[in-house]
Amino acid sequence: MKPTVSETNVRIRGRSATVVAGGLTAVLALAACGSGSGGAGSSGSGSSGSGSGGDATTLTLYNAQHEDLMKLMVAGFTKKTGIKVNMRNGEDFELANQIVQEGKASPADVFVTENSPAMTLVDGAKGFTKVDPAALNQVPSQFAPKDGNWVGFAARSTVLAYNKTQLKPAQLPASILDLAKPQWKGKVGIASAGADFQAIVSAVVALEGEAKAAQWLKGLKENAKVYRGNNAVMQAVDKGEIQAGVIYHYYWYKDQAESGENSNNTSLHYFGNKDPGAFLSISGAGVLATSKHQQQAQQLVTFLNGPEGQKILADSAAMEYPIGKGATANKALKPLTELDPPTVEVSTLNGSKVVELMQQAGLL
Amino acid sequence: MLGVLSGLVALLALVPLFFVVVYTVSIGWDQAWALVARPRVAELLSNTGRLVIGCMLLTAVIGTAAAWVVERTRLPGRRVWNILLVAPLAVPAFVNSFGWVSLTSRVEGFGGALLVVTLSYYPLVYLPVAAALRGLDPALEETALSLGHGPWRTFARVTLPQLRPAMYGGALLVGLHLLAEFGALQLLRYDTFTTAIYDQYRSSFNGPAATMLASVLVLCCLLLLLLEMRVRGHHRYARVGGGVARSLPRRRLGRSFVPVLAGLTLLVGLALGVPMGSLAHWLVVGSSTAFPVGELVSTTLSTLGLGLTGAALTILLALPVAWLAVRHRSGFATLTERSTYFSNALPGIVVALALVTVSLRLVPAIYQTIGMLLAAYAIMFLPRAMVSLRAAMSQAPPVLDDVAHALGAGPTATFRRVTLPLIAPGLGAGAALVFLAVTTELTATLLLAPIGTQTLATQFWSNSTSIAYGAAAPYAALIVLISLPATFLLTREARRSTTE
Repeated sequence: MKPTVSETNVRIRGRSATVVAGGLTAVLALAACGSGSGGAGSSGSGSSGSGSGGDATTLTLYNAQHEDLMKLMVAGFTKKTGIKVNMRNGEDFELANQIVQEGKASPADVFVTENSPAMTLVDGAKGFTKVDPAALNQVPSQFAPKDGNWVGFAARSTVLAYNKTQLKPAQLPASILDLAKPQWKGKVGIASAGADFQAIVSAVVALEGEAKAAQWLKGLKENAKVYRGNNAVMQAVDKGEIQAGVIYHYYWYKDQAESGENSNNTSLHYFGNKDPGAFLSISGAGVLATSKHQQQAQQLVTFLNGPEGQKILADSAAMEYPIGKGATANKALKPLTELDPPTVEVSTLNGSKVVELMQQAGLL
Repeated sequence: MLGVLSGLVALLALVPLFFVVVYTVSIGWDQAWALVARPRVAELLSNTGRLVIGCMLLTAVIGTAAAWVVERTRLPGRRVWNILLVAPLAVPAFVNSFGWVSLTSRVEGFGGALLVVTLSYYPLVYLPVAAALRGLDPALEETALSLGHGPWRTFARVTLPQLRPAMYGGALLVGLHLLAEFGALQLLRYDTFTTAIYDQYRSSFNGPAATMLASVLVLCCLLLLLLEMRVRGHHRYARVGGGVARSLPRRRLGRSFVPVLAGLTLLVGLALGVPMGSLAHWLVVGSSTAFPVGELVSTTLSTLGLGLTGAALTILLALPVAWLAVRHRSGFATLTERSTYFSNALPGIVVALALVTVSLRLVPAIYQTIGMLLAAYAIMFLPRAMVSLRAAMSQAPPVLDDVAHALGAGPTATFRRVTLPLIAPGLGAGAALVFLAVTTELTATLLLAPIGTQTLATQFWSNSTSIAYGAAAPYAALIVLISLPATFLLTREARRSTTE
């Protein structure tokens, strides 16, 4: 049936209406886009205007630590000093390499990581200014590199999470290096793409040498199931898909504190004996050389491992170890003094070598 | 003028390709070869290859079968079936695999990955094939039938060849999407090039290994495109001679009614029912479910804003290229059109890092701004806009422009009053496709979003990777909700014909 003139008019008017509506939504979108990102940006920072000193600077923090923990610590800092902090969240090596690539154009003032090899990477590219001696004095000397270009503020212990029903304590490996042996084929899980596991590998390289580390990685490629993240490893152990997994201690404690649904069948095995499997990884903080707010950035770093920052860390749900002199960890955790970790000079932990070795082993 | 604009758009789309090539050349042949010729790459190639081929075949079969059932038979409730069959487009593949993997971990690995991606991507074949079936001239089929071919033989020898452009085009899109798929495969623990590239970038940002993997991926895309061109061939699919195509009477289903209905129900149940059911389950039951309303609202607003602006920008950029390709066919036009397809095969992360490097070295002012994120979206989703725009442009024959000119309208008036209204539905469909893609985009957003900008996808991702399924569920539900209007727009055109 041929459309009548009035029908055609209605159809065309309908189409123009679509175009007009489209235009309006576009305008609204631009408005929402601007306010959305602006709003989200300022909500990421601390409280506005309050706090002593009334310092109006805003610091940019490149954060590779867990977002929820850093939000708490940064909020505490802003409350104390009034300095607002914008956080860019990412992962250890991603942000470290990004900082190196950005060079002078980098907007970052402070860099905070979960593990230390990423700090060494930026340090190697001469990215840091020396940390305020006040901050260096707040932690024992093994928690900072010799050159004093960055400083630690939290620590986590490597553990083997194992399924209570499938493994008895007598069957547990004596060393983390035993996981490459044939009897562990298909029974162990790792989160190889993450910076956490790569930090553990860097400790193995530093303690046992490249050749032994390469052999260990080759064995792991045969034996281990790869998961995306420590939580996934722990969940798999808990379900019994694998018998054991290499993770950091706090994932288990965090889950136990919440509901236990991913960890009730799991126990933690601390290797101790200065084994590479007892590696204590350090979360570091450093001030970037390209920062335009050097004094405020140093204030943030000093806050993080000072008494107030360490108290926030200890009281939070993060379950990591505070390392400030005189700080006490959460009562549920195994005491730091009982861990017996191997002695590692943090500046020797080489991230790019680890990536190379893992690529050769086919894990990356 | 048009040529210049078109060329500029094509150049923009090729930036990631240039980046990969230049980088490969700069690190030297020896190192490049050492990074490519390792067992890991062979493993990834095999994984990616069998997933892509398997998925393309399965989606072609499922999409064509479903389209044929809906368009050519007297299936009851056709309109509803049409919407249900297209609805998986509103559910991003990573939400789909989240739905499956949060229920059972047996879906990890090749089998599960094949299942999930097929269920997520078959609408990409279903839509064009259904549209093609609607436009077919029944005279050919009736002639074949009258010459003694049975219905199956007619389908195989007459209908199927005519559906080839639609089928192959759809399968090509599926293949390209799969090559770039990241979130869904990562959740299912299935390693492909994209997940491996992401792992490399997490470990070394812009390292050579990652870029080499990306260059292998680019080669795979080229291969797909070449394959599609060869297999499609140069056959003509248009009607010759005068007259108008009659509409074909629909077949009764008869004995096959129950199996067909069962099949369709199974398909929709698996593709929609399982992820939606899983989401609902986590929304209700998840122990870490929190409803931080303020954060949900602001994230939704940012996502909407980015989606709408991204869609508008991409359509604007695709317009000159599509215009040239349809109205002024030439080698240059084909070149610019084909070049917009390349970046669709590169994972969002490669595009993102190419832009990061380019902006750091050349234009630091745009580094970490919304503009760069939008540019990444435009580069990545130009092909989606192109496909719809091309179809739309072919519905606005140039003879109408000539008539308008003859009646005294200038070029702008002609465009506004004659061409624009005719191509508006196609523009809308293209914008809807790009909006869908932008609101569900993950990796490029993770890398390029300015500090403080979050989208529903990035928030969903950070929650689901830390196994906080309950916390991830509200974001996933919101993603599906805001994708619904766009999907509805896409099915509106189709719905009109199913009432005939």
